[in-house]
Amino acid sequence: MAKHFLHDVAIVGIYSTPQARVLENHDSETITVAACKGAMEDAGLGPADIDGVAAGGKAAPLIYWLRNGPAWRSMSPPSIPALLQAAAAIAAGQCHTVLVADGMAGVYTQRQSTAPWTRPSNEFVLSYGMFTAAEFALIARRHMHLYGTTPEQLATVSATIRNNGHVHPDAIYQGRGPFTPDDILASRMVADPFHLLDCAMTSEGGCAMVLTNAQRAKDLPNKPIWILGGSGETFGPAYQHPPQWSLSGRSGEINGLVGKRVAQQAFGMAGVTHSDIDVCEFYDPFSFEIIRQFEAFGFCEEGEGGDFVMDGRIEVGGEFPVTTDGGVMSFSHGGAAVQQLQRVTRAVEQLRGTCLSRQVSEATVAMASNGGAGALFSDVVVLGSEQPA
Amino acid sequence: MLQPQKPGIPLPAPSLVTQPFWDGCRAGELRYQRCQDCGAITMNPSPACSSCFGTNLGWEVSAGKGEIYSYTVVWRPQTPAFEVPYVPAVVELDEGFPLMSAIVGCEVDDVKVGMRVKAVFEEMSEEITLIYFEPAT
Repeated sequence: MAKHFLHDVAIVGIYSTPQARVLENHDSETITVAACKGAMEDAGLGPADIDGVAAGGKAAPLIYWLRNGPAWRSMSPPSIPALLQAAAAIAAGQCHTVLVADGMAGVYTQRQSTAPWTRPSNEFVLSYGMFTAAEFALIARRHMHLYGTTPEQLATVSATIRNNGHVHPDAIYQGRGPFTPDDILASRMVADPFHLLDCAMTSEGGCAMVLTNAQRAKDLPNKPIWILGGSGETFGPAYQHPPQWSLSGRSGEINGLVGKRVAQQAFGMAGVTHSDIDVCEFYDPFSFEIIRQFEAFGFCEEGEGGDFVMDGRIEVGGEFPVTTDGGVMSFSHGGAAVQQLQRVTRAVEQLRGTCLSRQVSEATVAMASNGGAGALFSDVVVLGSEQPA
Repeated sequence: MLQPQKPGIPLPAPSLVTQPFWDGCRAGELRYQRCQDCGAITMNPSPACSSCFGTNLGWEVSAGKGEIYSYTVVWRPQTPAFEVPYVPAVVELDEGFPLMSAIVGCEVDDVKVGMRVKAVFEEMSEEITLIYFEPAT
């Protein structure tokens, strides 16, 4: 592998708090602090060891509570964007050890409505009753029209991921399965073509991780997991403009394949190709989004994703196991960013070999993703169990 | 039969840039921006041309006809103010721009990608009239 400056940064601590549909006696501040404490403990570090915090709007409060200012901070979304920004800051010598954290609780209280983070306020969508499921459904419907993608193919994705959550002891929907594709198709319709079981849940929880440089990582208790490459891109603000498959910019690239360029960049930095990816911890807000990402990231051609996910290929034991903890459909969807960060912490568990369930044997390279075409953005990171020489 | 929503749903708060679009709806017209320098269409209303990034934008009136680019049938409403089912859709107007709207005036099962539709307007308040689309006969 060609050396890249990001290869000098490792993830040395991860932690997810207990996740639940509703967490009693927590709010977003307390659950985020709980996540930070867990990640620092996992890393064998304390507040004095941290000199950077990436936690969106909570970065500055955390630095104050940790009393580790002056500290480097990132207000990027505390998921893959913040992780990559933190890694670049460490590689650049702006800081040496960064806490990336998010958590949410007590935010979703009006249960007759969809969750507040799914309801856009933009004037060109709100009066048409749009919410996240409807935005992503418009993308999925177009793909079905163009390429003949079927509800059964969508349901196969949902059943696979939900069955991963079914056997995960910490998943909110642990024990709720197993599911067949027919079970998915029998669930009530939310936003055609998405049935209830094609959609993310809503829940509460926190998640955090600790990144540090290669020199410091050597002295810490966990096997370091290395950042091999990553990038992110967007076509514009989510949930304001019509979510079109064919939306394009000056480059000619289309929103339907958002993530194509970042995957190419990430693979290039990592010096890997698709066949090197042992596990795909992809973001699963809706079943179709997994099909789309296999196309966008170049695992198959545009239009072939529906066939690609069939015949066990995306199950653990298959060629490209996907979202092995149950993802946001079954493990947890804690809010705005926390569940996106959890795709990365799950990839770390896979490469450490410490998964409580669905461990991919001898996994050495993992890919995690955030976002989706319904929201016009995609972020990816490729992680490795060995530091590139 | 799919109907426009009733008053009580959340309504737009127009901005400096978007007010002419909503004034158009109140007048029963679908207005869109065209760059006076390069001729390109910009939609949604924006402070700059989507082709040349120029700011010399004028307004034109669409014939209000187009076809359904994609749609979804919603059975779980965004808030209780919405009656289900409703059918949000992206409509590709004949002038060559997309618009987020919803389909009315037909049955749910009649809605198809590629279906020809035309604009209809529904007054929701003194300030806001919404644009919907129904099958073009």
